[in-house]
Amino acid sequence: MTDLIHSTTSAKRTERSATASMTYAIFLAAGLAFLVIAPAFFYPIFLMKLLCFALFACAFNLLLGYTGLLSFGHATFFGGAAYFTAHAVKEWGLTPELGILLGVAGAVVLGLVMGFVAIRRQGIYFAMITLALSQMFYFFCLQAEFTRGEDGIQSVPRGHLFGLIDLSQPTNMYYFVLAVFVIGLLIIWRFINSPFGMILKSIRENEARATSLGYSVARYKLGAFVMSAALAGLAGGVKALVFQFATLTDVTWQMSGEVILMTLLGGIGTLIGPIFGAGLVVTLQNYLATSDFPVTIITGVVFMVCVLLFRRGIIGEFYASRLGRKLGFEHRR
Amino acid sequence: MTMIFGIPLQAFLGQLLIGLINGSFYALLSLGLAVIFGLLRVINFAHGAQYMLGAFAAMLLLQYFGINYWFALVLAPVIVGLFGALIERTLLSRLYKLDHLYGLLFTFGLALTIEGTFRYLYGAAGQPYSVPPALAGGTNLGFMFLPIYRGWVVVVSLIACIGTWLLIEKTKLGSYLRAATENPVLVQAFGVNVPMLLTLTYGLGAALAAFAGVLAAPVYQVSPLMGSNIIIVVFAVVVVGGMGSIMGAILTGYMLGIAEGLTKVFYPEASNIVIFVIMAIVLLIRPAGLFGRDA
Repeated sequence: MTDLIHSTTSAKRTERSATASMTYAIFLAAGLAFLVIAPAFFYPIFLMKLLCFALFACAFNLLLGYTGLLSFGHATFFGGAAYFTAHAVKEWGLTPELGILLGVAGAVVLGLVMGFVAIRRQGIYFAMITLALSQMFYFFCLQAEFTRGEDGIQSVPRGHLFGLIDLSQPTNMYYFVLAVFVIGLLIIWRFINSPFGMILKSIRENEARATSLGYSVARYKLGAFVMSAALAGLAGGVKALVFQFATLTDVTWQMSGEVILMTLLGGIGTLIGPIFGAGLVVTLQNYLATSDFPVTIITGVVFMVCVLLFRRGIIGEFYASRLGRKLGFEHRR
Repeated sequence: MTMIFGIPLQAFLGQLLIGLINGSFYALLSLGLAVIFGLLRVINFAHGAQYMLGAFAAMLLLQYFGINYWFALVLAPVIVGLFGALIERTLLSRLYKLDHLYGLLFTFGLALTIEGTFRYLYGAAGQPYSVPPALAGGTNLGFMFLPIYRGWVVVVSLIACIGTWLLIEKTKLGSYLRAATENPVLVQAFGVNVPMLLTLTYGLGAALAAFAGVLAAPVYQVSPLMGSNIIIVVFAVVVVGGMGSIMGAILTGYMLGIAEGLTKVFYPEASNIVIFVIMAIVLLIRPAGLFGRDA
């Protein structure tokens, strides 16, 4: 009897998840089609900024949503990689793809160091430690020679991709950024659906049990941390080329807070939620940039409202809504 | 001139004093954080904002009502404490059942809102708050010149720290607090109003931060950014000390303040980051913190 019930529910579940993946595929195709034709309707620079932050937020969500670690220091990887890429391209004359690779490599090193120290504590302590370490990196950037202090690294050339494609053309640059964004998302999708990603989810759900099953929890956490740092670095490196500068703004704790907000607003632990969150935050900032009303107040209020009333975020609420469930989505939390 | 480790004694003692003053603020703030965390299990990110509110309250009380430093030293903590209690009762208390990270995120949002509002109203630049006449000037100790106000800050914050410690360790109210930290359900079953205790604790923590803010007003400039600059350092202090013990939080605050001051003498470039470096080293050697009990 119980077996029967079990098998029907599990059959229902497979059916449901089949509908869900159908809906998902349609969503993704529509989203991608929109992004391909978007430059006809919006400023390319705005779209590129959006894509960079969306990738950054997805990278952050890899850690918070799928491993359950709240890092308050992700600006280090984003801004750090921006500095490395800008320096490599401008001072050493590297091609853009090599510059970005170097930025990612730098972010990996920073992620290894910060992760190694921070995973020694859990929960709230982890958040505080990452925040403190990223503040240390901020002071390093403030004083180091190559970052040029308050000025930042200015007028970084975009150069030619693979020595062939001229990225100073906005259209070329846009499709390059879009390609990087899609590749980044594919990596994340592959990562969270791999055995490694499954173990990460089990650590999120019950760390003690994962340990007792024989998994080296610390090593998996460090792996997730470095992966997340690398992808955040990818976003940061590309951003340096888009705006052609790298400044202190990208390594401040406010930037770490912003990416948390994007993820929270869009939906922690959903693959596409952070993209929507990033879109909203970037649009809001663009809109408020012309008025003298400070963004911080709005950011702060949205933070509080999200935490109090809206913890699943936009996409999470949608999944949990009647329509979302009818379409076959499931969402806990 | 007397030299110590190749540094003029005057400069050495001067930086030691600055370290001691910074340490006093670290101690007061990390003490408040530890008290709030102990009972509410919330890391109060708004602690820096409440410290800033204390300094602003003192300045505004003087500007608009002509209320002097001494009354502000009592009034500002009361105002900010009530504000904190209100926030706890109406909003923060809804989050206790959830993951502790939500408390951190909520207070982070609160801090951003408060800071942004004050920045909007008063600009980012600092404003001076003059030292009260009774504590103006300085005294020559023979080996160094001591501005009286700075000496006062060190003494008063030490008294406040010890007072809070006594309140928690030696009084009836403190014993309720400690009991509720261990087992809130059981304490409530004994007829103690635990939700009230939580509100009181948060209010007390906020008031302590505001008290530190009033003390800091004449030393640093009163600026909307003063809170976020210090709170991250205080987080590092709390990680080093471990939040298990009140005395641990106080001692770590003073120790790291002095370490920072001494770094300014010997290797000024690193003075901004020395506390974070110490934090990293402590985490590698003793992850639970110097005085921590919880792993």
